[in-house]
Amino acid sequence: MPFDVLQFVYLVVAVVAIAIFVAVSALLLVYLERKVAGHIQRRPGPFEVGPHGILQTMADALKLIGKQPFKPDGADSILFWLAPILAFAPALPLLLPIPFGPLLTGLEVNLGLVLILAFSGINVLALCMAGWGSNNKWALLGAARSVAQSVGYEIPLLMSVLAVAFMTGTLNLSQIVADQGPWPWHWNMFTQPLAFFIYFTCAVAETNRAPFDLPEAESELTAGFHTEYSGMGFGLFFLAEYTNMIVVCSVATALFLGGWQAPFLPGFWWFLIKMYLLLLMIMWFRWTYPRLRFDQLLNLNWKWLLPLSLVNLLATAFIMKVF
Amino acid sequence: MSALRQIWDDVAGLWSLVVGLKVTGAYFVKDQVTVHYPRNEVDNLESFRGPIELVESSDDPAKPRCIVCMTCASICPHECITVVRKKPAKTEEGDDKKESGSGKDEVKKKVSKEPGRFTYDYTRCCLCGFCVENCPAHSIRFSNRGYLAGFDKDAFVFDLLERFKTR
Repeated sequence: MPFDVLQFVYLVVAVVAIAIFVAVSALLLVYLERKVAGHIQRRPGPFEVGPHGILQTMADALKLIGKQPFKPDGADSILFWLAPILAFAPALPLLLPIPFGPLLTGLEVNLGLVLILAFSGINVLALCMAGWGSNNKWALLGAARSVAQSVGYEIPLLMSVLAVAFMTGTLNLSQIVADQGPWPWHWNMFTQPLAFFIYFTCAVAETNRAPFDLPEAESELTAGFHTEYSGMGFGLFFLAEYTNMIVVCSVATALFLGGWQAPFLPGFWWFLIKMYLLLLMIMWFRWTYPRLRFDQLLNLNWKWLLPLSLVNLLATAFIMKVF
Repeated sequence: MSALRQIWDDVAGLWSLVVGLKVTGAYFVKDQVTVHYPRNEVDNLESFRGPIELVESSDDPAKPRCIVCMTCASICPHECITVVRKKPAKTEEGDDKKESGSGKDEVKKKVSKEPGRFTYDYTRCCLCGFCVENCPAHSIRFSNRGYLAGFDKDAFVFDLLERFKTR
């Protein structure tokens, strides 16, 4: 197969751009989260470091980088140190197939959805390694719960995504976005509302965000699987969580909210606006809902989301075949 | 039928999710409850129970009402207060030398009713108010000093007579 230099260069540029996007987004998101949390709780949030606290994330990042990375006695070195890297590594390939704009796709993949779902599974492995490698009961418990949660919630997630794939006949994200229209009633959210609801719930659960954040609950499990991590190890898990949030919201925007389709303005900005609105929703959820107990979490998945997603899939298939 | 009832209850419970979002959404746009010091200050400092201070005497505002009865010092649960009576002004030399006790001579020796030193250790004070309640001369009250901050523990051992010395 001839080596296409142009495509290679394009890919390199895309990777660099995505890396920058992830870094800047993570910085912005951490600040946003703390400010949103503050204002929902009727307090100012970070205010002193820089005007209105905008340099707070930089200060936190510098602090985390400057800390001594500790390994607990008896911890498995390879597993312990590989886990945070593995948690953060899939960020790049996960964002490659996502169509940020009409021409702004890192790598147009025919099986884009499958790629994203597959790489999301690496996070589960990273959690396992972190929990086991820490030589800590609570970390292990937290990891076990987290794995059960992630694996369980992947199924309704898959099925709701599958319903959209049935409707559009393709797994290529760019094609799915192109098939939608500029106005809200053209979007897949209106033809598949149940799938959107299920997808968003599963997305929040997959990224271990409140109210599904028992595995990393500070008050219940002393921070769960990342108990033993300090400094950059914790920083990487933290970054990985925010990157996963970004990925999941980007996919939701592409699948259900029409991606870059918009009535006016270049599409790239609309994609970002929709993605950030979903991210703000996730933050809003965190400070509204009480944490789900673990059995409630699993019950919600197995008794509600899975049957509903199955019903949705069957209904989609039926309607598509008959009409 | 109870299974259907249960399912209906669960579905109807989804409305509570929306109600919750409305509540927190309203909080997001409402005014903040935090009084953002030092940009703002609270507006009800008059009723604040701050560290104690001495009350001025109504006859002579340059002096406190304190009569050095030591009630506050003895009743304080943490021994925060130290009061030392003011040494009387020196009388003429002749009077000092008369030691033998005839009643007339001893009446001349005056015992001061003013505090010479009134130290208040705020690092131990719990603001219980025993001293304020039990002072027979009503010489102690809570101050309104709400914005105290310092780097040194010694800065919080107050000399309550200091503000009287400047008058």
